[in-house]
Amino acid sequence: MAKKGDWVQIHIEVLKPSERAANIPEDTSHVPLEMWVKGNLIDEAAEIGDIVQITTRTGRTVSGSLCAAFPCFIHSFGEYVPELHRVDDMVKAIVFGGENNA
Amino acid sequence: MLDNSYSAVMARKNEIMKSAVGLDYNRFESGSIAFDYEGMMTATGYTIDDVRRIQMEEFAIGDSPIIELKNMTKLARACAPAGKGARIFIKDEASNLSGSFKVRRAAMSVYHAKKMGYKGVLTATSGNYGAAVAACAAKAGLSCIVVQECFDSRGIGQPEIVEKARKCEALGAEVVQLTVGPELFYMFLRLLEDTGYFNASLYTPFGIAGVETLGYEIITQFKGKYGKEPDMIVATNAGGGNLTGTARGMKKAGGSCEIVAASVNLKGLHMASDTQFNLKSFTTGHTGFGMPFSTWPDRSDVPRSAARPLRYMDRYVTVNQGEVFYITEALAALEGMEKGPAGNTSLAAAFALAQTMDKDACIVVQETEYTGAGKHVNAQLAFARHNGVDIRFGNPDDEIPGKSIILPEHPSLIKAREADINHMRASLIKNACKMIDGAPTAEDIRFLAEETKTDITFVEEHI
Repeated sequence: MAKKGDWVQIHIEVLKPSERAANIPEDTSHVPLEMWVKGNLIDEAAEIGDIVQITTRTGRTVSGSLCAAFPCFIHSFGEYVPELHRVDDMVKAIVFGGENNA
Repeated sequence: MLDNSYSAVMARKNEIMKSAVGLDYNRFESGSIAFDYEGMMTATGYTIDDVRRIQMEEFAIGDSPIIELKNMTKLARACAPAGKGARIFIKDEASNLSGSFKVRRAAMSVYHAKKMGYKGVLTATSGNYGAAVAACAAKAGLSCIVVQECFDSRGIGQPEIVEKARKCEALGAEVVQLTVGPELFYMFLRLLEDTGYFNASLYTPFGIAGVETLGYEIITQFKGKYGKEPDMIVATNAGGGNLTGTARGMKKAGGSCEIVAASVNLKGLHMASDTQFNLKSFTTGHTGFGMPFSTWPDRSDVPRSAARPLRYMDRYVTVNQGEVFYITEALAALEGMEKGPAGNTSLAAAFALAQTMDKDACIVVQETEYTGAGKHVNAQLAFARHNGVDIRFGNPDDEIPGKSIILPEHPSLIKAREADINHMRASLIKNACKMIDGAPTAEDIRFLAEETKTDITFVEEHI
């Protein structure tokens, strides 16, 4: 649920698989070209999946299917990768000579 | 009402581009293969002194430090034959506004757009260039839209590209995100037409003029501190602008060092494949861009690309993903420098190349890039593992892009694998000859010799 003025994200199918360019790999040719744009909701109120209009940060009006209210970034540094400590130990041992960099 | 079908928009490409760059490319054409490259490069009207002044005074860009990596050099010497192991230096371009050398390119496009009266700038990029344009647009008070190829058809974003979207938004840009496919260009054209914004393409003469200061600074800073120019400059190569601009700037400063291109080997992965999109751990600096853009530069988003790397490169080497991740971690462990992995492609190559050079030789890696959530060695390795890529220690020669990432079990296994540059030169000549119906003219042959850094005999043998 989002109301007028809320920061939202919309989804647009730009090209159907049949409308896509020739000479693209087969896996890509079977899926549509999709687009996501963020902005402030123009409609009074909307539910996820509704076709709505938004005003983007550059002032463009764009129409699409509402897919998120208050979208945010949650990307991270990822789960622990044990190999990286082994790399550290290896190069320090070579350059500084042995454990604890003695 | 305009016809916005794929074919109709693509058919309007030239007129859209002409009004969006403010440069009539036709005036440089000969009507055959040849075109007036240097004429196009000087048509910006900005000399290198103008560019340096604009970058520094308007955008606070440039004069990034050149840092000697003494511990990395020690590590290389421990792997090298006796007497070998050149001194390794790095130009810390991450210290620039927006965190990469790309801001040098962006500054000139944004400055010119503002001067010409455009209200905003538009760029199609999934890389650091987006944040660079956004930062300069912020300073210039222009609107900015960045169009990214970001997601696969499952809606899963490459972490590195998601981070770049965050940074663009943080710097005030609107980010338009798409799934995989070359039709991004179609959407880009529609946006140019709808907004009337300037096309801040990576490949205009403005962008490349902006990179020239990087090469210029390498020579002047190095001579100032060490009394000589470096023996070799290694540049990560994708679309070719980094190498082209650096080499041109080096020459303008009177330099003559060997120029080596380096790319991450992603052989076997198709750049437009939806299912392979998130099996890549590098979204730029790789062979998937580097090879096709070298052998046919005019595949870019402008009629004639100002980035023409085969004019300037002496050698082209490739490194593997596991080697670049290893070197990125080693840079943090040994030098206290935490940087983005893609920018360390040239460092991984330099690490191997240094071992073939004498100890008193100097090798300059010409960039670093910022790091953060998503675009980090840990983030990329964790993402690859999550996608089923086999990550292990071993011999990097055994790495299969998309299937495995092999971290070297000893740094002596890191290699700079020589690409067949003459084969690439021959490909460029063949690609150029496909453009025309008849035989190349004498002017075409001279042009192709310049395009490939060869001579008339080489061109005639490969037509």
